[in-house]
Amino acid sequence: MTALRPFSAAALRQALMALMALLMLSLGAPLLAQQSLPPAPYANRQLDDPAQEAIAHELMATLRCLECQSQAINDSDSPMAGDMRHQVRISVASGEHPEAIRAWLMERYGDYVSYTPQVSATTWPLFVVPLLILLVAGAIFWRRFARRA
Amino acid sequence: MIAELGLAALWLAAALAGLQTIAGFLSVRAGTTTELGGLIRPAAVVQGVFAGLSFCALLYVFAITDLSVKLVASHSHALKPMVFKLSGAWGNHEGSMLLWVTVMALAGALIAVVERRLPDRTMQAVLAAQGFVALGFYAFLLLSSNPFERLPIPAAEGMGLNPLLQDIGLAFHPPTLYFGYVGLSIAFSFAVGALITREVTPAFARAMRPWVLGAWVFLTVGITAGSYWAYYELGWGGWWFWDPVENASLMPWLAATALLHSVSVLAARDALRVWTIMLGVVAFSMSMLGTFLVRSGILTSVHSFAVDPERGTFILLLLALYIGGALLLFALRASTISEGKRFAIASREGALVVNNVMLSAILAIVLLGTLYPLLTEAFDIRVSVGPPYFNPVGAIFVIPMLLVMAVGPLLRWREDRFARISREMIVLGAILVVALVLIAVLGDVALLPLLGLAVAAMLTVASFLPLRGRKLTRVPIATWGMVVAHFGIAVALFGMASESAFTKERLAALAPGDTTQVGQWAVTLDAIVPVAGPNWTAIEGQLSARIGDGEPISMRPQSRTFWAPPQVTAESVLATRWNGQLYAVMGESAGDGRWQVRLWWKPFVTLIWYGGLLVALGGVLAIIGRVRDDLKNRSVLRRAAERREDMRPEDMRPEDMGSEDMAYEDMRSEDMRPEESAL
Repeated sequence: MTALRPFSAAALRQALMALMALLMLSLGAPLLAQQSLPPAPYANRQLDDPAQEAIAHELMATLRCLECQSQAINDSDSPMAGDMRHQVRISVASGEHPEAIRAWLMERYGDYVSYTPQVSATTWPLFVVPLLILLVAGAIFWRRFARRA
Repeated sequence: MIAELGLAALWLAAALAGLQTIAGFLSVRAGTTTELGGLIRPAAVVQGVFAGLSFCALLYVFAITDLSVKLVASHSHALKPMVFKLSGAWGNHEGSMLLWVTVMALAGALIAVVERRLPDRTMQAVLAAQGFVALGFYAFLLLSSNPFERLPIPAAEGMGLNPLLQDIGLAFHPPTLYFGYVGLSIAFSFAVGALITREVTPAFARAMRPWVLGAWVFLTVGITAGSYWAYYELGWGGWWFWDPVENASLMPWLAATALLHSVSVLAARDALRVWTIMLGVVAFSMSMLGTFLVRSGILTSVHSFAVDPERGTFILLLLALYIGGALLLFALRASTISEGKRFAIASREGALVVNNVMLSAILAIVLLGTLYPLLTEAFDIRVSVGPPYFNPVGAIFVIPMLLVMAVGPLLRWREDRFARISREMIVLGAILVVALVLIAVLGDVALLPLLGLAVAAMLTVASFLPLRGRKLTRVPIATWGMVVAHFGIAVALFGMASESAFTKERLAALAPGDTTQVGQWAVTLDAIVPVAGPNWTAIEGQLSARIGDGEPISMRPQSRTFWAPPQVTAESVLATRWNGQLYAVMGESAGDGRWQVRLWWKPFVTLIWYGGLLVALGGVLAIIGRVRDDLKNRSVLRRAAERREDMRPEDMRPEDMGSEDMAYEDMRSEDMRPEESAL
């Protein structure tokens, strides 16, 4: 009957937790033991030049966080996404073209890292099928209405 | 003991589903009212009761944290708040599948009790189909996902529930979606029943419509809530990720949206019969596909799915059986169901056909983009399909559809001329063009948000045009429903486009006392304090935000550390203003006494979800209007029933009847039951 614990015990537990949290905070201990390395400087810091940051942001929104499920790197807490954001930002700051950065990342991590689809031997159906759908939709309209117009 | 009772109730419910299926099948085949036929409705009702009992048993073992039950031990924890203990019952694979069949059985029981309009034989076929679908899911639960399995030795303590899921919104998100998914199973059973008996009539459409509308309302609310949950819980300000799990709920919604428009045409005009049946089959197929995607583990990895395929294979077989079976039946029977009444392109039906085709096309795109990466992964090629694909490709179909949506409701049924509504079309066109030019000149906005803003402005006006020149108190409730739902689409679209075009982002490392700027807001970190909750501790940032010299508002985002299971989550804080939301998140310590703070100013972002709720409200109004009309007309209809039977042969054109025409006439003189002689 754990649901019916006396109130005082719960209050005591909360107080203990608060104490623990205070302790952790005051000692400056890392909050997560597994994240022992501090994040790269530009993981969570914007570039000073708003124009450059906008370029970086646009690119980051189309790069996949490889550790997450369906998140772009600018939508993720994962350390790896942070490292990639850092990489993208310093590359943009050094004047690289965003598509060159994307190409570099794709070379390193595979096509999987880019959300922006490019027509290739493996992705052509993604572009052909919508065209087919357009044709089918046109055919349906034609069949239904053209002869009667 | 309770767990065993729950399991026994589940077996009994499965047995009743079997009885319902067999009795239904036999009496439909016999073609006359047999004794078996009398069993079908009671079987459906009792099946619902037993499934309900079984689910209550599961809730109970979660409520008391019975750690000898494997599911409780692996997904709950004695220290969780009660509401999350209960929601933990469906926050896992087995429990959610039990919820699925329970909702399905209760829905089946409900139609068995209330639906009296359709011919007996069609109802028998409908309930047989419902029982048959339920049977597959009972088999799945009982044979491969028993929620009541006991542990040989009770666990000392439960493993807890993922902290991300310990959120009140999420606790009720899956049930809402399941009500939608499973409501579509009723539409599916109606479609299959009507295919079997070839009774695709306006009466059939009117019986099916409340279920489609209800399921659609639940799906709309579920998707809207899910999107808002992702928005505030994931802590990065995104509200739609084109994640396969999200797509799994969007696809049934798209199909249901097409279906509800199609079923309205069938009810009002006796047209689009084949479309309606096909969409009924597709909509539930998408529900099952969504369940398969989410529940089989295939999304985590195609390969892990292939290595441990028991559950996935089971659902895949169910999918193949039900979708394949229904499509086969459709292929066999579709040619014998006439298309229904014809109409011109410049007519309400014409616009609704465009709507159906466009929604189906969008559905196909989402389906393709969701399944394609899984397909290539099976061949060891990994590709990513994300927003940069879905947004533009979807827009190719969405924008024309929205333009048609603006004028469609202004057209008359059957045949109309665009010239008659030329003035409205000119006004709407002018709004569109002016908005496009103004926004393009004044702001630096990308193409898609630009189109979104302009179309939203035009739709806002267009959605109210159907009310023009009408006495507002005399407008039927269902028409109000349409107006509100279409207006909701405009509102949501405006929110999406505005968020995409005008969001301001600020990532900063702040020491207490530091101030940073995001949009018009100046945000100061006043202090960092530790706080504790029932099963977590947190670092709380005390922020105050103000515009210029305005009154500061206090915001307290937290970075929470849970320990059962251990995980850190960011508790974002949203300050809502009439023109947008300020979004604040606490990050990690930067190590030098400063703390990472993430801030966004998102103009009009809340309109996305208000729009979604308006769409759902429109659906609710439509249900109220339709059901009220039904109740009002029911007695009138009953009295007119005989007269209608006499008029039917003239109503159906000869090509509807084909060679059955003669048999029809023969039988009719005998017992006045044309729906049976039509076979």
